[in-house]
Amino acid sequence: MNRRKQMLIDIMAYEFTAIELNLYLDTHPGDERALDLYNQTVCILKELKRDYEDRYGPLTNFGDTGSEYPWRWVDEPWPWQLNFAD
Amino acid sequence: MWIYEKKLEFPVRVCTTNPKLAKVIITQYGGPDGELAASMRYLTQRYTMPTGRSKAVLNDIGTEELAHLEIVATLVYNLIKDASIEQIKAAGLDGYYADHDKALYFVNGDGVPWIAAYIQSKGDPITDLHEDMAAEQKARSTYEYLLQLSDDPGVSETLRFLRQREIVHYQRFGETLEHIYDFYSKPHYYFMGDHGK
Repeated sequence: MNRRKQMLIDIMAYEFTAIELNLYLDTHPGDERALDLYNQTVCILKELKRDYEDRYGPLTNFGDTGSEYPWRWVDEPWPWQLNFAD
Repeated sequence: MWIYEKKLEFPVRVCTTNPKLAKVIITQYGGPDGELAASMRYLTQRYTMPTGRSKAVLNDIGTEELAHLEIVATLVYNLIKDASIEQIKAAGLDGYYADHDKALYFVNGDGVPWIAAYIQSKGDPITDLHEDMAAEQKARSTYEYLLQLSDDPGVSETLRFLRQREIVHYQRFGETLEHIYDFYSKPHYYFMGDHGK
């Protein structure tokens, strides 16, 4: 597996953690331990995404992340073009 | 407003070209208990939810379902993209091919197109949350039938992930239903500040 896919897998793992904690917190907004875990996950995820975006261009558009020249958002592969079996 | 993220929620692995498997998995794209129906149902019901918490749950699960829709599309796309005409015919996808080539379209396994009648939006949050819990169970059953039909270990791994998400969503909707019962069991009186003047 190449470095790009490995970095994406790490981001997916941490973002999945964030999604799961987010949904849990929606129905348990007073769970302080879960909120701490969520906030810790946010910090790690931000760092992982910054490293990835420095190498491979923005993960998000519409003003969320800037791009170096030329506009890198249009670069392939798009998510459905990556097969993690390869 | 939504911001797109250029990544999947789960690392999809497709081992071989398999249009026969694509033909059944596509029901989770555009079938009655698929991810499009799930996402549209929750995102349209969220407007009339009575509390911040219930609005958040429908908003966030509806958004996660869009990510699942993309995962299902990625499975179907990769299962058919390299298929020969012979393989398309053998899989019984020739009718689909005549209308769509290898493009994604919202149909079930038998080619029936998606309709809004698959979903409901009643305004009564107790009614809507019961529908949402039933929808998660119906999707879980579908993923179990698809797992019986799948002969690709990579695809099965993704189907198991999606099945597991239905169980978590069912749990969160159940907790939201309890919260709504609790909300309605307390009196809610609203008085005007200058009442009686």
